[in-house]
Amino acid sequence: MARSDVQLMLDVKSGDDSSFELLLRKYRTPVVNFLYRMVRDAAAAEDLAQEVFLRVYRARGQYLPRAKFTTWMFRIATNLAFNALRDGRYRQMEVSIDQSGVDRSGDGESKQPALEIADRQPSIELELIRRDRAELIRRAVESLPEKQRAAVLLHKYQEMDYDEIARVLGCSESALKSLLFRAYETLRVELAPLVGAAQVQAQLTRPGK
Amino acid sequence: MNCGHTEKKLVAYLDGRLTMAERRQFEAHLALCAVCRGRAQGFRSVWDALDELPPLAPSPAFDSRVKARLAQEQRRAGFWSWIMPSPRMAFAATALLIASIWLSSFQPAQLPVTHAPVGSPAQNTEAEFGMIKDLPVLENYDVLTSFDALSELPAQESAQPQSLNRL
Repeated sequence: MARSDVQLMLDVKSGDDSSFELLLRKYRTPVVNFLYRMVRDAAAAEDLAQEVFLRVYRARGQYLPRAKFTTWMFRIATNLAFNALRDGRYRQMEVSIDQSGVDRSGDGESKQPALEIADRQPSIELELIRRDRAELIRRAVESLPEKQRAAVLLHKYQEMDYDEIARVLGCSESALKSLLFRAYETLRVELAPLVGAAQVQAQLTRPGK
Repeated sequence: MNCGHTEKKLVAYLDGRLTMAERRQFEAHLALCAVCRGRAQGFRSVWDALDELPPLAPSPAFDSRVKARLAQEQRRAGFWSWIMPSPRMAFAATALLIASIWLSSFQPAQLPVTHAPVGSPAQNTEAEFGMIKDLPVLENYDVLTSFDALSELPAQESAQPQSLNRL
């Protein structure tokens, strides 16, 4: 029978390093992706994700299963991401995103790091359309304010409950619902070309309140 | 219910997290309000669009890097724990070091040896030695005891070396 995350962490606490490896294998992709969307740089996301797991391991002795393991782990990840963004370490990366990953400086090299993306081998034309759409979505998500962005990433991609996300972000559930509403509303407007421009335009001319 | 409630309810409605009563109330509002209906539809489309974002796969070296950093930390921690097995031990060692430095600041010459009233046998010996070490008569003691010419002196005058021998 598969052990729960909390049980795995308790096993790590009692000295079982193989349980830590299981947690690492299970959560490396979600954590790296979350951090990638937060700090907008693949190499930095990997670096921060490693730090998340190091902190999880270092804190094993003090671990108490009061909250879900993922809540605890993503709180560490979120704090690291917020701190990194506030330090301004990744300001260069934000600029490169505004440039959509295309080099405009004239030195002939893209500033975006090469990403390893799961591919499905569609035709070249479909692939180009898919990439354009993905690029638009990526830019829309990454231009959200950092707290709204974290809320959307935890809600949409990690499928966390409202109380968990609220705990990660240190706000009330009610505040979280407003945060998510504002974030999705922004995305709806930003992604109008993809999700129905006419519909959004009609609503923008008629305030909904 | 009016459009003002949408901000708190719409995401929960789409997530299926409203109670049955809340849901009926919200759906009744959607049936009447094209704006909120359109917004709900727009949110669903956004969620579908977000699924198109390709995931980033961690590099193949990710796990090994984490393990290497952990091993490095453990080595460092192991070294320090070998020197300092516990914080209490570290505190005791630091206190001992400070005490040693403080005590070593007193020079032996400054100690009031000669004025000590009554000390241990070792201290007394040291004090006596300090008193007699510079006396000139003792420097000549060996010369006087092995001075052959003294034996040629008349008997009444040879009392001096004998008295010296008694010393």
